[in-house]
Amino acid sequence: MRSDRQSATLALKLAAIGGLLFLHLPILLIFAYAFTTEEKSYQWPPPGFTLKWFGVAWERPDVWEALTLSLKVGLIATAIALVLGTLAAAAVSRSKFFGREAISLLVILPIALPGIITGIALRSAFSILDIPFSMWTIILGHATFCIVVVYNNAVARFRRTSGSLIEASYDLGADGFQTFRHVILPNIATALLAGGMLAFALSFDEVIVTTFTGGQQSTLPIWMLEELIRPRQRPVTNVVAMIVVLATFLPILAAYYLTRDGDQIAGGGK
Amino acid sequence: MTSASSNALLAGRRGFTAQLSDLFWRRPGLLLALMLAPPLLWLGVVYIGSLIALLAQSFFSIDEFSGLVLYEFTFSTYRQLLLAANFDIILRTVTMATLVTLTSAVIAFPIAYYAARYAHGKWKALFYLGVMLPLWSSYLVKIYAWKLILAKEGILTWGFEKLHLTWLLEAILALPVIGGNSLSVSYLGTFIVFVYIWLPYMILPTQAALERVPGNLVEAAGDLGATPQQTFRTVILPLALPGIIAGSIFTFSLTLGDYIIPQIVGSSRLFIGQAVYTQQGTAGNVPLAAAFSVVPILIMAVYLWVAKKKGAFDAL
Repeated sequence: MRSDRQSATLALKLAAIGGLLFLHLPILLIFAYAFTTEEKSYQWPPPGFTLKWFGVAWERPDVWEALTLSLKVGLIATAIALVLGTLAAAAVSRSKFFGREAISLLVILPIALPGIITGIALRSAFSILDIPFSMWTIILGHATFCIVVVYNNAVARFRRTSGSLIEASYDLGADGFQTFRHVILPNIATALLAGGMLAFALSFDEVIVTTFTGGQQSTLPIWMLEELIRPRQRPVTNVVAMIVVLATFLPILAAYYLTRDGDQIAGGGK
Repeated sequence: MTSASSNALLAGRRGFTAQLSDLFWRRPGLLLALMLAPPLLWLGVVYIGSLIALLAQSFFSIDEFSGLVLYEFTFSTYRQLLLAANFDIILRTVTMATLVTLTSAVIAFPIAYYAARYAHGKWKALFYLGVMLPLWSSYLVKIYAWKLILAKEGILTWGFEKLHLTWLLEAILALPVIGGNSLSVSYLGTFIVFVYIWLPYMILPTQAALERVPGNLVEAAGDLGATPQQTFRTVILPLALPGIIAGSIFTFSLTLGDYIIPQIVGSSRLFIGQAVYTQQGTAGNVPLAAAFSVVPILIMAVYLWVAKKKGAFDAL
């Protein structure tokens, strides 16, 4: 029986490591392609390696425009999501009221339903209300599904924050705003930071809702999508893809270290 | 007692913010309403309002001659869904979602099992990040990576060639239905990419459920004479099932609604998401697009209802 268990562990180990490799090797491949000299096809192995495409990508105005728009949208949508998500989380965790379960469902719904439904629903609402497509319609869509990550993080932290701290603050004469500023905010700050970073990562990467709520403007993912459907200069796409991978790893690692000691890690509900 | 003494303390304070917070203290309902109003307005009015606007459109129809939307209540748009061409799209998408879900469950389980029961300390963190990083990496970049891999001149063809297995790849591509000219234009390619992209969503809930299996139950099963296989089958697997179902909610729902993956890697035959996209875009038939998008909502509603009965929500 003993040897039985060990052999099972070996097979298990192989399956587990194989699974992880399956998850990571394709992403690593992007790194190799960013340096290829091949321009016209996805030839493997690359005929040669060059740094030239980094310079070419740097000079491209369309890449910069898309990147700037993505950053703007991500920052504003994250700010909105931070406010709304924290308010909802505070309300749900500090009191019991009728329809409390419904709030959780409402917050999760934009991410639980397929993105295409959120996208097309917002689009038809915009056209009914005659709202022209702009950066703000993109932000509206992004904020809607970013609320959930902030909410999840904040709820988890509120649950662990002891209510007696807040009562003590009141007993010592602080008013509600002072209590918020000096007691509640320091307690939830790292959770909000983590939630905010994940919300930003989510917005920065969003493509499905954006195709419906954006007009002529293209965010970086929309730019990527256009390159995927109608490739113009493949090596530039390779370089941008690699940079996007590196840029998304940083906030994720940071969010992980910020919530590491917590019970629940942010991304579970993405 | 507490509230009485606080009121006595608060009574003497001056200043707008102090008075405001006194008011909130006396009427917690007011504060609650103020806190809930902004998120409820946003999600309840903007988002739910949009959803209702969309669903309402599915009961309209399109005039075949003018191409304009007729604003009259009708079920004719839903009847169109049952036409062979449209029903095929639904069937194809549901089949793909089912296969993707089953395959992800099989690949995810060993990873989740190892991470939950064997990995400790550094290894645990490594497994955790090992799942989180691909989960959060750019969706399009991941699809792009697979376009590189599956391309005819790509690394997979090269690998098969180096192993002298080109005949195997050709045999696979020659298969009816799932094959094609190259992997990047076949159903098989679409399937692989779907599994790859949604796999982390299956691993995380499965791992969470496995971590909650009490160790003493496993020991008790061993003490009572169960072989490891029996323990696995009768103790661990049933307890992990809610987690697997929770993961399947993600893989199933995400596959149902996706239209980017089959557009980039796959044959030209449509999936529900693509049908919605073309109907509302180039075809200009918003009612049919709306009716199409009701299909995944209904399927997911049934799915969630079953999942709730199986206790999957506690595993999320």
